Order: sequence, then structure tokens, then C-alpha cells
Amino acid sequence: MTLSPDDWEVIRLSLKVAIVGVLLTLPIAFGLAYALARGRFPGRILLDAVVHLPLVLPPVVTGWILLILFGRTGPIGGWLDRAFGVTLMFRWTGAALAAAVMALPLMVRAMRLSIEAVDLRLEGAARSLGAGPWRTFRTVTLPLSLPGVWAGLVLGFARSLGEFGATISFVSNIPGQTRTLPIAIYTALQVPGEESAVVRLAVVSVVLSLGALIASEWLVRRQGGRAHVL
Amino acid sequence: MSFEVDIAKRLGEVEIAVSFLSEAGVTALFGPSGSGKTSILNMIAGLLTPDRGRIAVGGETLFGEGVNLPPEARHAGYVFQDGRLFPHLKVRANLLYGAVRGDGGVTFDEVVDLLGLAALLARWPRTLSGGEAQRVAIGRALLSNPRFLLLDEPLASLDRMRADEIMSMIERVRDALRLPILFVSHNREEVDRLAGQMVPILR
Repeated sequence: MTLSPDDWEVIRLSLKVAIVGVLLTLPIAFGLAYALARGRFPGRILLDAVVHLPLVLPPVVTGWILLILFGRTGPIGGWLDRAFGVTLMFRWTGAALAAAVMALPLMVRAMRLSIEAVDLRLEGAARSLGAGPWRTFRTVTLPLSLPGVWAGLVLGFARSLGEFGATISFVSNIPGQTRTLPIAIYTALQVPGEESAVVRLAVVSVVLSLGALIASEWLVRRQGGRAHVL
Repeated sequence: MSFEVDIAKRLGEVEIAVSFLSEAGVTALFGPSGSGKTSILNMIAGLLTPDRGRIAVGGETLFGEGVNLPPEARHAGYVFQDGRLFPHLKVRANLLYGAVRGDGGVTFDEVVDLLGLAALLARWPRTLSGGEAQRVAIGRALLSNPRFLLLDEPLASLDRMRADEIMSMIERVRDALRLPILFVSHNREEVDRLAGQMVPILR
């Protein structure tokens, strides 16, 4: 099986979109997971529901909402355009945003579970040993919830790599900008005689997803933990 | 005057109220399990807030009169009943966790020697026996430069020989470091041997 230059372009673009999307989401997802796991504030249930919305909405609807918000005349897109001259429409950055939004609920869920599993009494022990709240978070809470962070990263990455509906309705199908793996596979399926491209890209998808899973298991083991990512 | 404690707290259906002054080096809270002894230690350490009252150690008010110091400012050397070692840190890192605020007259080597920890330093907490974990927990508390020690059933998970050794070690700490010690026990023998003063806690 030999990959064509077009295949490589699709793979490079997909990896770029998924990695940028997931890394942008990581701090936001961890902050939300921490707030939902530990916080007791009014509106927590509403926040929880909003975070999970991309998981339950049809992806095409999520993409359409992004289009309304981030389109050149949308409230956020218009502001980005006026203030910074930045536009997400039909660009790979828009695809990364769609991937990030779709990955968010999965990442928050994984991280929240492992933050909730951290023994509060260990944090009490750290405090009594002289660690303030920030050092306690950095040296106890964060390292003990790392398996959930890795799990979130892997799930988010896989979700981003597979993103189709929100991406195609938000930023369309532009070769080199928004034609990621699933969209390229869909495009090839529409053209008679392109079956071999479908097979090549499908195999690449499997390899990438499997690779992410194995890499994260290995990372968690190397830390000496007994935990599993999934 | 080492410990001045006069506190009350309602936890569910149980009302915990205790009041005592102690001059002695070692004070024992003695009572049956379920009588709230651990909750009293938690309130002195700052991990649980009393409903009312006052806590002072060595003349410094930790709680009451508008004061409520966070746990990290109380300088308690708290040895928990379950050891409560950090599972993601090896024994050496556990011992040194609180040592960043300076050693309290004992060095790392002295503590390792005193508690027989040399062979354990490179191990993970999950591989330790109950007694070994307890010794590490005592060492970790001693190395955190404490102004006083809180020991929650420190001998409960030790075999007879180690318990004897730990008791002599507590006596040495009491005499050498002059740290006020408050310890919780349901064992009359321990209390008689170690404590200058006993505070009975009734259910």
C-alpha cells in the first residue's frame, strides 16, 4: 500500500487539526472538569448540560451553531474579523475549532471522573504538612488525576480525528484546508473508481487511533501507576 | 501550657464536645472507637472546622477569637491512623514532602535511622506493610518541622516489637525535641506508659 501525495496532505491536515484542537481544549476541559467535580455553585447543572450539548446534539446542528456564531457576520466571528482580521471560515483553524468543541464533552467526562476519584484526605494530609492550596493541587490533585487527563487527551484526539458532521457544515470540504480524513473518505466514496483511496485512508485512520491508545497506555504505565487510560 | 482546647461540633446526629488544658508533654485522648477522637484531632489540625470554641497550642491561637488558621499555617505534625501516604510518591519523596519548611531539629538521616526506614526509601507506598507505612507516616510528620504532634492510634497497626520501639521513639521525641504531643488511643497500656495526662472521651 503506497500513500499518494494527496493522502499525505489529508493525513498532515487531520493530525494538525486534531492536535491543535485537543491542545486548545485541554486547559479549558480540565478547568471545567475541576469546577464540575469540586465546585458547588449556582448554575452547575446548567454548565454541566451545556458542556455535554455537543455530545447529544446532531453534529450538523453543532456545526450550524458554530457557523452562526463564528461566521464573518456572526457575533464572535465578526468581532474576530474586525479586531484581529482573523477568520475561521473555510480554514483549517475553523476545522480545529469544530474538533475542539466536539471533543470537549468527552475530555471533561474523563478528567472529571479521575478528579472525583482523588482522595480528599490525601489533600488534607498535604495541607497539614505545610502545603498551601496551590502546592496541594500541583503535587497531589493534579498528578493523581493524570490518568484521566491522558484518557481525555486520547478520547479527544480520536474524536477530533473522526469529526465529520460539525466540520463539514461549519467549514465545508476544502482540499488542503478542511478536508480531513473522514471528509476525504466521504469524498472518495462519491467518486467511482476511488475505492483504493477509501481503503488507504481507512487503514490510516485505524493505525492512528490504535497508536494513540497504545501510546497513552504506555505513558500511564511508565509513571508507575496501576491505572488504565480506558 | 501546651494544648488549650475547648470546642464543640455537631456531625450528623453526634455532638462532639471536649474541653481540656494540658501542661504535660504527652496528652492522651482516651476513649472507645466512634467517640469522635479523630474528629477532635482533625479540628486541631484545621481539617475540620468546629462550630464554636477555641484551640490554642503553646499560647498561639489556632482557632477562635476570630482566628481560623488554615492547616498549612498550624504546623501540626499529624500522623494519620491509615498512614495516608501519597501513592504517587516513593517513600523518600513522601518523607521529604513537608521538609520544605525546614527541619525541626531532626535531620533526614536521624529520622531514617530512628524509624528503620533505610531499606524502604526507594519503595512505593502500596508495597509497604501497615507497620512500615505507619513508620513512614511518623517520619514524614517529624520532618515537616512541626510545633506539635498529633498521633491518631499510632501503634494500632504495629506488631508488639515495633510498637515498643515506636513508643520509645515517641518518648525520645517528647524529651529531646520538647514537642507537645497529643495522641489518640483506645489502649490503656499505651496511655499509661506515654502520657503525662489523660483526657477521657465519652461516647
